[in-house]
Amino acid sequence: MAAVNLLETKNLTKQFGGLTAVNGVSFELPAGQVRALIGPNGAGKSTLVGLLCGRIEATAGDVFFEGHKVTHIPAHKRIGMGMAYTFQITSIFGKLSLHENVALAARPHHKGGAGDLDQAVFGALGDVGLQDRAEELASDLSYGHQRLLEIAMGIVQKPKLLILDEPTQGLADVEVEQFNALIKRLSETSTILLIEHNMNVVMETADFITVLNFGEVLAEGTPQEVRANKLVQDAYLGAG
Amino acid sequence: MEFGPNLIIALIEGSVQAAVLTLIAVGLSLVFGVMRVVNVAHGEFFMLGAVLAWAVASFVGGHPAVSFILALIIAPLLVGILAAAADILILKRINYDPENTIVATIGILYIIQQMTLITYGPDARPVEPPFNHRFSIPWFEYTEQGYSMYWPWGLGTTSYKLFVVAAAVAVIVLLWLAISRTKAGLMMRATQLDRDMAQSFGIPVDRVNAIVFGVGAALAALGAVLIVPIQQAHYLMGGEPLLLAFIVVIIGGLGSLPGTIVAAVFIGLSDGIISIFFAPTLAKILSTLLVAFVLIFRPQGLFGKAVR
Amino acid sequence: MRAGENRVWLLHIAVVLVILALHFVLPPYHHGILARVMVLAILAMGYNFAFGYTGLLSLGHALFFGAGMYAMGLGITGLGLSPGIAVLFAIVCSVLVSAIIGSLALRTAGVSLMIVTLMFAQAGWYLILYFGEITRGDEGFVIPQAQRLVAGIDLADSNNRYLIALILFAIVLFTTLKLVRSSFGKALVAIRENEERAKMLGYNVFAYKLGAIIVSGTISGLAGAAYGLLFGYVGATFASVQYSILPLLWVLLGGASTILGPFVGTLFMTYLIDISSEFTEAYLLVAGVILVLLTLFARQGIVGEVKKRFAPWLP
Repeated sequence: MAAVNLLETKNLTKQFGGLTAVNGVSFELPAGQVRALIGPNGAGKSTLVGLLCGRIEATAGDVFFEGHKVTHIPAHKRIGMGMAYTFQITSIFGKLSLHENVALAARPHHKGGAGDLDQAVFGALGDVGLQDRAEELASDLSYGHQRLLEIAMGIVQKPKLLILDEPTQGLADVEVEQFNALIKRLSETSTILLIEHNMNVVMETADFITVLNFGEVLAEGTPQEVRANKLVQDAYLGAG
Repeated sequence: MEFGPNLIIALIEGSVQAAVLTLIAVGLSLVFGVMRVVNVAHGEFFMLGAVLAWAVASFVGGHPAVSFILALIIAPLLVGILAAAADILILKRINYDPENTIVATIGILYIIQQMTLITYGPDARPVEPPFNHRFSIPWFEYTEQGYSMYWPWGLGTTSYKLFVVAAAVAVIVLLWLAISRTKAGLMMRATQLDRDMAQSFGIPVDRVNAIVFGVGAALAALGAVLIVPIQQAHYLMGGEPLLLAFIVVIIGGLGSLPGTIVAAVFIGLSDGIISIFFAPTLAKILSTLLVAFVLIFRPQGLFGKAVR
Repeated sequence: MRAGENRVWLLHIAVVLVILALHFVLPPYHHGILARVMVLAILAMGYNFAFGYTGLLSLGHALFFGAGMYAMGLGITGLGLSPGIAVLFAIVCSVLVSAIIGSLALRTAGVSLMIVTLMFAQAGWYLILYFGEITRGDEGFVIPQAQRLVAGIDLADSNNRYLIALILFAIVLFTTLKLVRSSFGKALVAIRENEERAKMLGYNVFAYKLGAIIVSGTISGLAGAAYGLLFGYVGATFASVQYSILPLLWVLLGGASTILGPFVGTLFMTYLIDISSEFTEAYLLVAGVILVLLTLFARQGIVGEVKKRFAPWLP
């Protein structure tokens, strides 16, 4: 295919000592898609995402972003190239205001003046419904709101690729529904890679699903295809 | 003197240094290993040991052997209790937060040192060794008649110096047995491996901490009691052993006892040898830089195994 | 845009003006102490930039202080530089030294960083002693009054000394104020608060930390050069471990990560030591007791507590 994939891996492998957490994963993520990465616990999802955004060094294989090989490029430069990553465990700056949290995320990507920055920050906070609490300390937020702040910190970067690592973990049902709506809105402007446990979220939001098991790609397809896949059902039942 | 006899002297002096340094460094390493505490006041516990040895000697009087034996018991005990108290009153209350602990132990360092200055004064005072037979060591040289034995002037040592080495070895062996064979040692090792787990298994982690901190300080004090008949007691004498002990613990691999012992012998000997042949300041420049570069490029220590 | 932008600047300008006013009213003894405190507060402000704002706890800032002092002193007596050029020379040397030490030491963190910086500083101190023929070792050397004239101003004169100390103090005060409020300073705080997160927001954490060390080390070096020049003496004591501990103490006492904390801490500590040394030669006892009390009861320091309780807007 002539069109370049936004993100692509070739035979990506990571070994920790004797354990192979990710084994020869080749996967392609075309621009504009909402892709869900699922798999039972210990399937290697977090390691794979760590390899994609540069938190973890690959043992073998390569990662390509917009056709450029980024395997050995450090994480902060990959972020600069247009990846954004939100943490699985909420990782915000608790002692700083919401405004400053989001501003910190915006600054490395921001060329304009302070006024523009402010606008971008309030825009991102508005996207997740936190614009009225900009001056509060992040540590004063409830857990669910902290998750939303994480996402705002991703949005404000206006990333080409937004990687969300288990964004709905610990959210209440109402919050999950709001989150689904948010993803749908975001998908209009950026490509999203969603690592998710909650199958409702996955089925609701994803265009395409990659299933990982024992560090390898078990299956790929649309939500309907994956849902019907026997191997996937076995993997989940086996692990459950 | 020629090179050979000089080297022998350096080796003997180096062994005495190494013996005392091993005691000090093992104390520091024990505290770091079990409590993850970098105790900057460790050198002052050493100094206190020496000053207490002097105090016992001048208080008791009589034959130096009597006061020496008393000092061997009293000084480490008092220093150990003081250290345990410092642990309970200060370090425990700041939850052993690594950076705060260092700041607090710097404070303790100044408190002990300056209190000693106020009470004991600024003078260096000698303590008489319990016994001190001097003997010469023969050397061989090659002459026209083949090898012949002679006694080079200045090549000799004292029985007390040999005793210091033997005593240090004995203490380390005892400590080793205590750690590996007793229940207290087991609790200690359990705390070292996993604090929370140890706590949930009913090990009184707080008490283990206080005792380990006390024992660590007592080891330094014991080293001081042994060395003070050779070196004199002074309120500023804690700085240098602290630096050397740091060097040893880091080169030996933080928290590893066997590594610490190997490194102490290595550093003690080489420091003794280098100081005889080179300027001591140059030796210090090299050893401090060595520590820095070991921590930067080989944090598991020169003798430690790589983690992961 | 936020309220209080002006009051921050006004407050710091007011502090400088008060010190200027004190110049005309203080009796000679306290006038002399305050001049010294201002120069030492520059060291503390430099230290605070790395420790307070970036979270890098160094035990080796004596190296930077000493580097600046010796570069200035040897520049004048050895290379025959004029005082002004010698200070510039000292600044250049401080940048170099802090860049080298920073790029090595920052490969470690936490406790290792403390020990590595301590070891480098000790090595530096031993180097000064080892090259005693050039540095005059422990004894140090005096910079003759004749060589302490800058553009006809005699630095040995106590009035000039006070005013020049104040000018340097004010420059560093406003520079650090400006820096910590810039995006650079805010990134440093982010790294202090959560390094991993900062990295994953696209910040080159190592480069930022190195930048912080260079700023911090250079300010500390400037303090060393100023101290040597204004008080006319260069000695190995100023490169010894005590001058790594003291700035830590001043900053902790005054309040880490506050702009005025280093000055307040230095002022308090200097007077405490001054008063206690009337009674005892063991004046460092005060330092020890205060360090322990600070870690136990007042982790925020003086300005830090004020900020927490009354004025959260303080930078």
